[in-house]
Amino acid sequence: MSSQKRVKNSRAQKKSSQGSNSYQTNLSAWRVKEDLNDSKSVSKHGQNNPVEYYEHADDKAEDALQIAVRYFEKGPTKTSRSKDKTLEKHLKTVENVAWKNGLAPEGIDILLNVALSGKFGSAVSTRILKCMIPATLISEDSVVKAVSWLCVGKCSGSTKVLFYRWLVAMFDFIDHKDQINLLYGFFFASLQDDALCPYVCHLLYLLTKKENVKPFRVRKLLDLQAKMIYFKNSENLWKTALLAVRQRNQRPSPEPLKLMLGPANVRPVKRKWNSHSVIPVLNSSSCNKECGKKGMSLSDYLSSNGSFPLEQLKSFPQLLQNIHCLELPSQMGSVLNNSLLLHYINCVRDESVLLRLYHWLSQTLQEECIWYKVNNYEHGKEFTSFLDTIIRAECFLQEGFYSCEAFLYRSLPLWDGLCCRSQFLQLVSWIPFSSFSEVKPLLFDHLAQFFFTSTIYFKCSVLQSLKELLQNWLLWLSADIHMKPVMNSPLETTLSGSLNSVSELIDYVGWLSTTAMRLESNSTFLLHFILDFYEKVCDIYINYNLPLVVLFPPGIFCSALLSLDSSILNQLCYIMHRYRINLTAAKKNELVQKTKSEFSFSSKTYQEFNHYLTTMVGCLWTSRPFQKGLYIDPEVLEKAGVAEYKNSLNLVHHPALLSYAVSFLLQEWPEERTVNMSSIRGKKWNWYLDYLFSEGLQGLKLFIRSSIHRSSVP
Amino acid sequence: TMDSCDTPESTPRQSASSRLKDYFIGAAPLQKRLESVRRQTSFVPTPPRRKIPQCSQLQEDVDPQKVAFLLHKQWTLYSLTPLYKFSYTNLKEYSKLLSAFIAAEKQKGRAVEVGEDFDIKVIFSALLGMKGTQRDPEAFLVQILSKSQLPSENREGKVLWTGWFCCIFGDSLLETVSEDFTCLPLFLANGAETNTALIGTWFQKTFDCYFSPLAINAYNLSWMAAMWTACKMDHYMATTEFLWSVPCSPQSLDISYAVHPEDAKALWDSVHTTPGEVTQEEVDLFMDCLYSHFHRHFKIHLSATRLVRVSTSVASAHTDGKIKILCHKYLIGVLAYLTELAIFQIE
Repeated sequence: MSSQKRVKNSRAQKKSSQGSNSYQTNLSAWRVKEDLNDSKSVSKHGQNNPVEYYEHADDKAEDALQIAVRYFEKGPTKTSRSKDKTLEKHLKTVENVAWKNGLAPEGIDILLNVALSGKFGSAVSTRILKCMIPATLISEDSVVKAVSWLCVGKCSGSTKVLFYRWLVAMFDFIDHKDQINLLYGFFFASLQDDALCPYVCHLLYLLTKKENVKPFRVRKLLDLQAKMIYFKNSENLWKTALLAVRQRNQRPSPEPLKLMLGPANVRPVKRKWNSHSVIPVLNSSSCNKECGKKGMSLSDYLSSNGSFPLEQLKSFPQLLQNIHCLELPSQMGSVLNNSLLLHYINCVRDESVLLRLYHWLSQTLQEECIWYKVNNYEHGKEFTSFLDTIIRAECFLQEGFYSCEAFLYRSLPLWDGLCCRSQFLQLVSWIPFSSFSEVKPLLFDHLAQFFFTSTIYFKCSVLQSLKELLQNWLLWLSADIHMKPVMNSPLETTLSGSLNSVSELIDYVGWLSTTAMRLESNSTFLLHFILDFYEKVCDIYINYNLPLVVLFPPGIFCSALLSLDSSILNQLCYIMHRYRINLTAAKKNELVQKTKSEFSFSSKTYQEFNHYLTTMVGCLWTSRPFQKGLYIDPEVLEKAGVAEYKNSLNLVHHPALLSYAVSFLLQEWPEERTVNMSSIRGKKWNWYLDYLFSEGLQGLKLFIRSSIHRSSVP
Repeated sequence: TMDSCDTPESTPRQSASSRLKDYFIGAAPLQKRLESVRRQTSFVPTPPRRKIPQCSQLQEDVDPQKVAFLLHKQWTLYSLTPLYKFSYTNLKEYSKLLSAFIAAEKQKGRAVEVGEDFDIKVIFSALLGMKGTQRDPEAFLVQILSKSQLPSENREGKVLWTGWFCCIFGDSLLETVSEDFTCLPLFLANGAETNTALIGTWFQKTFDCYFSPLAINAYNLSWMAAMWTACKMDHYMATTEFLWSVPCSPQSLDISYAVHPEDAKALWDSVHTTPGEVTQEEVDLFMDCLYSHFHRHFKIHLSATRLVRVSTSVASAHTDGKIKILCHKYLIGVLAYLTELAIFQIE
């Protein structure tokens, strides 16, 4: 039942996403039309909401399918004039939907019944059977019902053959097999039918359990063996459809994945190594299975009687109840596709589990990595999706894999900077916390080379992933700091050592940013990404409860302060405001603790901050830029020809805010003939501030409220 | 001690911290591994000096028939990650399971399987004494034999495929894994690739390990050339031969360079200074001498081409990861270097 619900849900999701996409494209089309004609009829037409239209289209297919299914369910009508046409139409509908999206379990249930009852004749039954392709799964009940039709002699021999072929091909997609196994005796008896025999053999091969093996059956099979019957490939008919179903079933889902277990080994194994799929299929210990089948046993597996089989693991509560006796997969790599087992990995104490995953992942990454193989980009897609799976697992666990870090070390020097770029940078952001100075020569030095020689877009992506790396490290550390007494970290690092590593990372990004600003001639776009990074940095003390405050380098500060872009200036104000709050909190704590702790900030940090603050106040408020704080020799200003203008630099004349000042004056005093900027002073100055705040410059507002005494209005 | 994993009642805070604790406990060996990866990546990938292969004491224990069987055959090399829950006491059962697996795979498509009566047989056997130190796990051999259908004929049929697993001086790897694992990082196979794939797949499924082809780059080939030339031989069985490949179109050009083994040894002795050891400088010097000699005669700079094969009386190795060991005395020595390369690949 749950599977049915899921199918519906996913379909609903798909529908809505399709809807929204088409909405965008259609809306623009509609606008163009309106511009051209501007007539009422067109706009009326436009009201015919495109979303609705598209949903209609989808619903239509859905409705048509339902009508068709109902038609078949009712059985053939007596009035035969239009009968053939209607029949053909409905059959086509079913075929189209089935081959495109597959059929829901309910649909298969009904149609299978129709096909095997032979209501519409052999030819129609054949066509129906050929398109019994599940959207995801087939309900066991449907199969049992269908088998019951085989006993009443309503369907032809060829339909029976086709049904067995279908059953063999779709075996993996049947949700349970217990009931079907109860029919073992019936299937076995069908071996007597020579036409059915090869297919029944194949089915029995899939179905046989230890308890099914009986001497009389063995004798019968030995007779057959003399005839040397070979399986015929039953999959052929449905090969492409099966692939599609498998892909649908393997699609990552936020819910625990339906485990596709049972004798899944039936799939034709490609002879080439490891090429079946990169990630192994989830399978509880394969040896165990083999033992059961062949009646042999290893003491190892016999002793694990009380274990909970993976096949039955379907929900999180189940995982919690059985976490102590979970039967682990035979190949640990298969956990990557299973969120429940990822939970398990997350809290497991058994180091061998992690080691198995480590080895498998390291080797697979190395083997699959496409830039190791010269001119071999065939598997690019496969590798990309493999990396995506890993990254999904890392996000899910909120933790990086050591294998990925080792992979980055080895592959970065060989990387072209293009291939799987987004994945590669995401892996960087999941590097487990470690000593920065150790990792730098292995990774960050190489990354810097790429950074400086690549486009501005690449630079921004790198900054983005370094921001995420910083965040991951901070989260990790802030969790770590509270458990210091209970454990011995293998990192053998003290908190100050760890903080040092973080501050080295921040310095590294500061260095990258400063140089990048020069290379990209103070690009505003780039500066946004840089300031985003510092928005994380300025709040470390308060947000992560870690005693660390690192300021931005002067190159970044000045570029942001003198930027022509008001949003940059606003962001800078916000960051300065947060720095102030963090530093104030730190100072307060120091005073409370009285004793000088290991982590009191040097007075240099405060001095540096005050420097920046004074400079900002000089540039935005007091019109005395670069006299205090950041000092610029007047001679330099004179040489640049700006000596006389510098005295008017403030909130009104700042290049990023000038347009606001003009708008403000035009809005408040529309009758004035000339715009007199210097008139903004006194009361007007306060109105102007309110105007700026109302225009969304919230960072500026916070900065001014916290850092400037309003009594000193110029 | 805390055992919050099994107690769902624990508060989120507690469980979060215990999670991290567990993570740490589990991470300890991984941390060690990572450190060794860092070491390897940041410095020269291989140590600048190695011992000249010596005749091993332990090797004396190896069944001479088995050793003879391993020599003079071409082996394809693979690296192999540690085997999980492998047990030497179960070799017999593994034989049965693996033969059942192979039979099942080979008979796929046939309707009925007939009990034990396959036309092949798999044998696992230990290669006692095939190790560098006592700590090294025992090597073992896997063979696929064809079984004759006629009972009158010799039951032990032809050997269809052979593969063996070994670890010679694998200390650096042994340190980093727990006792659930068996480290046999070097796997050598002789026989049809399809069989290798089949058996590899079974091992991967059963012991959660991973096989990767082990190629030998030119740098390591020149080390082999030097180390094997340095071995003292009672009599030489083959000429010392090098093969260089020149990448040019439409077909690449191969340059073969054969040296009389005694001349090669004399050249080695002239560049060799540290007794019992081979250093990076010596390897470079040895190869440079060969290059300059060749250049004097043919005006071709071999250093600009790629070394793809080295053959000596001790062993011969191809860059594709194929090796043939000729000299019984230095078997362990050759395997020790290959083990080192395999470990480097899996770390």
